[in-house]
Amino acid sequence: MSLDIFKEKGTPLDKQVFTWRDLVRTPTSKLDDDAFTRVRIILMNGIESNAIRTSHGMARMLNGNFRLPLAKVRRVEQHQQTMVNWLLPADLSPLETTIGFEQVAIEVTASVAQHEPDAYLAQVYRFGLLEDFDHLYRFSALMDRVGGADANTIIQNYSDIMPGRPTQVEHRAPEDDLREHYDCTTADPLTKIHAATITAGENQTHDYYMTIGPMFADPIARQLYAEIASIEEQHVTQYESLMDPNETPLEKWLLHEATDVYNYYSCMQYETNPRVKQIWERFCDYELGHLHLVMDLMKEVEKRDPAELLPQTLPTLIEYESHRQFVREVLNSEVNLRAAGTRFINAEDEPEQAPLSIAYREQMNSEGSPSEIVAAGYVWTPGTELVESKSVFAKGVGA
Amino acid sequence: MKSTGAQQVMGNRTGMQTTPELAEELVEGAASATPSSEGGAEVIAEQRVEYISEGFPLGSMPSMPVSEEAEADEDQAAMAVLLDKLSERLAFERMGVRLYEALLNKCETLGESTPGPTLDDVKRIGTEELEHFLMLNQTITDLGGDPTVESPSADIAGVASMGIMQVLTDPRSSVPQCLQALLTAELTDNAGWELLIELTSSLGYDDMRVQFETALVHEEEHLQNVRDWLSDCVLDRAQLDEA
Repeated sequence: MSLDIFKEKGTPLDKQVFTWRDLVRTPTSKLDDDAFTRVRIILMNGIESNAIRTSHGMARMLNGNFRLPLAKVRRVEQHQQTMVNWLLPADLSPLETTIGFEQVAIEVTASVAQHEPDAYLAQVYRFGLLEDFDHLYRFSALMDRVGGADANTIIQNYSDIMPGRPTQVEHRAPEDDLREHYDCTTADPLTKIHAATITAGENQTHDYYMTIGPMFADPIARQLYAEIASIEEQHVTQYESLMDPNETPLEKWLLHEATDVYNYYSCMQYETNPRVKQIWERFCDYELGHLHLVMDLMKEVEKRDPAELLPQTLPTLIEYESHRQFVREVLNSEVNLRAAGTRFINAEDEPEQAPLSIAYREQMNSEGSPSEIVAAGYVWTPGTELVESKSVFAKGVGA
Repeated sequence: MKSTGAQQVMGNRTGMQTTPELAEELVEGAASATPSSEGGAEVIAEQRVEYISEGFPLGSMPSMPVSEEAEADEDQAAMAVLLDKLSERLAFERMGVRLYEALLNKCETLGESTPGPTLDDVKRIGTEELEHFLMLNQTITDLGGDPTVESPSADIAGVASMGIMQVLTDPRSSVPQCLQALLTAELTDNAGWELLIELTSSLGYDDMRVQFETALVHEEEHLQNVRDWLSDCVLDRAQLDEA
């Protein structure tokens, strides 16, 4: 299971080549592939998207010597993202893909929360998890009530469809969305990899909702995407603040490449679709190539040994399986948590300790809450609520 | 801060005659250009051939527990086809309920108008769509199938009808525009029920066939209603209606 990231050099950058036909393969099956294959595709699209985003950020701030290696690696990552994202099929509607995004946020974050070595960061992940858990419920209601379809065809029984921390109370002032960052000199490498992974996933979720929100005709669908995209922006703010700003840009780049290796390697261990597994294996080798390129740069430019920053072998991998029991336990014990500054508090203390969030939330919800409207009285049921004749037309049935 | 921008020109701007001078320049420019590759639209088809030839399906039906009466392979195959098409109708009728809920919402908001459906008309059709959905749910269960399955045919029906829902839920669409979208739905629905009747008849499911024939009678009526309302609305707008 373990991979020695110093010994394994992967594929050299100049051997990482593509064609358009290679990038655009026959996609996975919405109906026959396991939901976790979709979860992995969505997460890895987010990981690559974040690699490109971070690389551009560095290119705009660093001196000229870094720009070419950044551009070379970024070009490959662009094509890695394409090949991965294009595995999603066209019959997966934007709303169905949304359900997939929320399942990623629940199951991947649940795995991360359980293995996070830092107790405070584990708390942050559990806090965010309950919010995405609620989003899945709200979007499932939208899918049933506006689209006439059952979200469980996407979820495949792995995740619960029920309220979490209500979306309407997730709206917080920026002052209450920032968290304490880990200390880059003492943090466990897994802590750093976790933070980069979850930030990447949430950032892509935000960008996706901002892109597809206007594609819906229904005004409540448009409002719900507007509302939940806003929470995803808060989540990106929260998760990115976990990362130590004192890390050098090169250190951050190194960690991102290690994160990419870690995630492709995790995907490889669980993948059930052989065509997709072959892509995870190929890209794990590509990422090892990127990682070694950055290791060399670090030795050359910062005169630092990458072994001081990275683990010899990959730590505990992401577990691609249902975390239902863990999520339910967190739901039972922590749904009433709120944030005040970087701390977590009980809901009843919020007016006193987080007044800015209360004011902000009241303003945003003052003309109604889309997430409450869409799921008014909603209880998911197999095949869903029309099976129980919950419709304005129910009175006439059998008359 | 107030802007002092150009005055907005009202009306549809998609046609070239909106700005004839620009149109002339556009035509002139395009005509003077040379394509960078030879051939026509058939080149796209050649690309599709590659992917089609790989032979990956959209998806399949779940494996069914084999009943004592249906042990023969052909019986299982027939059952899989039947369940696939039942799942398609189930998905369509469920969506149909939501479509008519959206129409009812619109008609209630805008108020009943003549020509067009009354609120009671919409409620009657919506109720029948819900009854059909419930009946199909029970039918699949009685056959030993799983009504929560999205079959390949159901998936295709969902993809094909996404635009209908978009029209119905768009607050800007008018009742006649909604009727136009519903006409597509009802035409498809009628053909779907006819096919199910043919299939159940061939497979000897006589009780089921009788139920489906009743559903088809409703659906034929829905189709005729939608056709009539749409035609009345269009003719009325053109002031050609005899009334």
